[in-house]
Amino acid sequence: MSSPAHSATDQIKGTVPHPYHLVNPSILPLCGGVAAMTTFAGIIVAAHLHSFVLLGIGLLFVVSTMFVWWRDVVSEARTPGLHKVITQVGLRYGMALFITSEVMFFVSFFWNYFNYFFFPEKMGTAFAPVWPPQGVTTIDPFAIPLFNTMVLLLSGTTITWAHHSLLEGDNKNTVRGLAVTVMLGLMFLCGQAWEYTHSPFPFYHGGIFASSFFIATGFHGVHVIVGTVFLTVCLFRAMKGQFTPQRHFGFEAAAWYWHFVDVVWLFLFVCIYFLGRSAIVAG
Amino acid sequence: MTATTHDHSDHSHEAHHQKGFVERWLMSTNHKDIGTLYITMAVIGACVGGVLSIIMRQQLMYPHNNIITSGAAWNAIITAHGLIMIFWFVMPALIGGFGNWFVPMMIGAPDMAFPRLNNMSFWFLAAGFVFVMIGLLLGNGAGAGWTLYPPLDNAQYSPGMATDFSLFSLHLAGISSLLGAINFIATILNMRAPGMTMHKMPLFCWAILVTAFLLLLAIPVLAGAITMLIMDRNFGTSFFEPSGGGDPVLFQHLFWFFGHPEVYIMILPAFGIISHVVSTFSRKPIFGYLGMAYAMVVIGFVGFIVWAHHMFVSAISTDSKVYFEVATLVIAVPTGIKIFSWIATMWGGSIEFKTPMLWAIGFIFLFVIGGATGVVLANAGLDQELHNDYFLIAHFHYVLSMGAAFAVFAGFYYWIGKMTGHPYPEFWGKVHFWTFFIGVNLTFFPMHFLGLAGMPRRYPDYADAFAGWNYVSSIGSIISGVSTLVFFYVLYAVFTSKESLADNYWGEGATTLEWAVPSPAPHHTFEDVPVIR
Repeated sequence: MSSPAHSATDQIKGTVPHPYHLVNPSILPLCGGVAAMTTFAGIIVAAHLHSFVLLGIGLLFVVSTMFVWWRDVVSEARTPGLHKVITQVGLRYGMALFITSEVMFFVSFFWNYFNYFFFPEKMGTAFAPVWPPQGVTTIDPFAIPLFNTMVLLLSGTTITWAHHSLLEGDNKNTVRGLAVTVMLGLMFLCGQAWEYTHSPFPFYHGGIFASSFFIATGFHGVHVIVGTVFLTVCLFRAMKGQFTPQRHFGFEAAAWYWHFVDVVWLFLFVCIYFLGRSAIVAG
Repeated sequence: MTATTHDHSDHSHEAHHQKGFVERWLMSTNHKDIGTLYITMAVIGACVGGVLSIIMRQQLMYPHNNIITSGAAWNAIITAHGLIMIFWFVMPALIGGFGNWFVPMMIGAPDMAFPRLNNMSFWFLAAGFVFVMIGLLLGNGAGAGWTLYPPLDNAQYSPGMATDFSLFSLHLAGISSLLGAINFIATILNMRAPGMTMHKMPLFCWAILVTAFLLLLAIPVLAGAITMLIMDRNFGTSFFEPSGGGDPVLFQHLFWFFGHPEVYIMILPAFGIISHVVSTFSRKPIFGYLGMAYAMVVIGFVGFIVWAHHMFVSAISTDSKVYFEVATLVIAVPTGIKIFSWIATMWGGSIEFKTPMLWAIGFIFLFVIGGATGVVLANAGLDQELHNDYFLIAHFHYVLSMGAAFAVFAGFYYWIGKMTGHPYPEFWGKVHFWTFFIGVNLTFFPMHFLGLAGMPRRYPDYADAFAGWNYVSSIGSIISGVSTLVFFYVLYAVFTSKESLADNYWGEGATTLEWAVPSPAPHHTFEDVPVIR
């Protein structure tokens, strides 16, 4: 096609086999589809019929599919000759693009928040045009949220400690760095759990401030859980000595993801906890 | 293909010959088989969505008709028709189907970057189809329209599980599209054969690349919006509930921030196919290749900053209207580049009116009509008048039901020989084209008049004054339906044909890499890296 036309007949039949990794047929994609369908149906059934059985089955199915799938990917990556350099580059593209889509997911929740933060009159005439809405007591940003910010920032440095140790072939410190990072992730989650259970505003029928707060911080929390699991997998793999200074993309992907979760938190802290605090805050 | 000594592909090559049904179709990691699954999904989606549209046209054939007696059923049918045609017909046909089949071949790659992920994208879509059908059939059905605006589908006005199933069907279809988009971008950026620079890449691959970026950035915002909607319905939040301080118009912003890129997601792959077909049957390289590629990039970019032109009647400020009107009109520039370059490609070419070319020229003609009414609707003042009536229906069916669908058929007739190894019957292909062309024009052109006369959309009945053109329109829909039966005959003829085809059965006009492999394309292509000059 086109002036840079290489007519089909012009192309030279190659003699070099392709360097990509083509996988064998697998039942896991179908399992993934059925698992997602079961989980979503489970949410609907739980909401309408108050039975959590289907949801439980669905989640179990999702988690076990993911486990087997990534176990396969790890073992393929460790089989010599399957993941050549170009396949590793492809995985980098995949992870970077996935994180890009995750950023856009959070854009929708920040969009929701800023809709009221900048235009509080959009809450309607029944509400005074101020943000946070009148009568809402918010969480003190300089109590647990600041502490959690420090925890996440510290975890960003410990993952870098692990990374540099890995690049220098110092597996002992890689394991240490990862272990500390996982601990910090768990510490953050404990802080969030305490904050949620002691929140001065309720989630259910708590109005637009509570809705915006919980959906943004809640989905962030889910991402911290995912990131912590990802790092834990890396920790076990590091303990088994599966990473080398040359090849450790699983670790890098976890680190990218962790930094992304970290950056989202900084925006949450500044925009929601700090700029969205009320005159009187709850300790 | 020459046999290779490559261990892994050798293994799967061998496996192919012994593959049973389950292994080939339920466990596939092959881009061609997955493409075929997507096309099958699209055929099913088109049939269901098409039957729903014929039911609607039957109801609207006469005023005060009694085919659909309940308003809720009507609402469920329009909702399912819209969702199914977009997510389970146009997208799987153009992106999942032709994209999967031909993007790897056109760039000289042996498969997609992530073959298992590719298959999971399909199964998520199939799961979504189950959900959208439950949404149609369960109880009163999900009836908020494909735009899903609250309060129409909040817990008060759409109680019951059907609407939740419809919303989750979009989650499933969205995850499917998102994973597919990641796969296409990684494939196109990472797996082009040596010598295939971005500026030599076929326009269909450019189209899929831009489409994939639109999906990557738009789908997650829809996911956020419908997540908030589901939580409002079921878990006591008030994102779009004014009683708790929520803002229903916010949903429209989030929805259309996805929804406007979505219309380019549907039409850009169509642009890609039309470029190939026009170039092939004019026996000329496409006119202004680089301009064509970057026009799509510009359309994709501008597509993200015009969303509120869908909201001119949603009480947005006058300043916003001015901005969104002007930004929308800007899209006519890159779209004009596309149209004029196709015409310039045909200009002085040795044109052959084979069936794919008829569909392509039909596409250009009808898409221009839809584009012109789009320019009309882009005017905030006029839109105030026309927004919720049949003029709008006519507009978007001219770009979709004729634009995108004509490109699907152009691609089908262009590539079916490459996919099956058998020729389609030229005569019946042309019968299909002309009956469909007459049918859809008869269906949708009168809607312009109905809209200008003030007939509102989304009602199962209308004033007697609108009877004449509604009758014409319904006759048109029957013709399109009969035309689709001709298409099924064509399909039957292809699959029962004993004739076989050469590698490049279109001759010197077809220059992309899929024409360098046998017809039908073998299970694995380009196992040896081709060298592009």
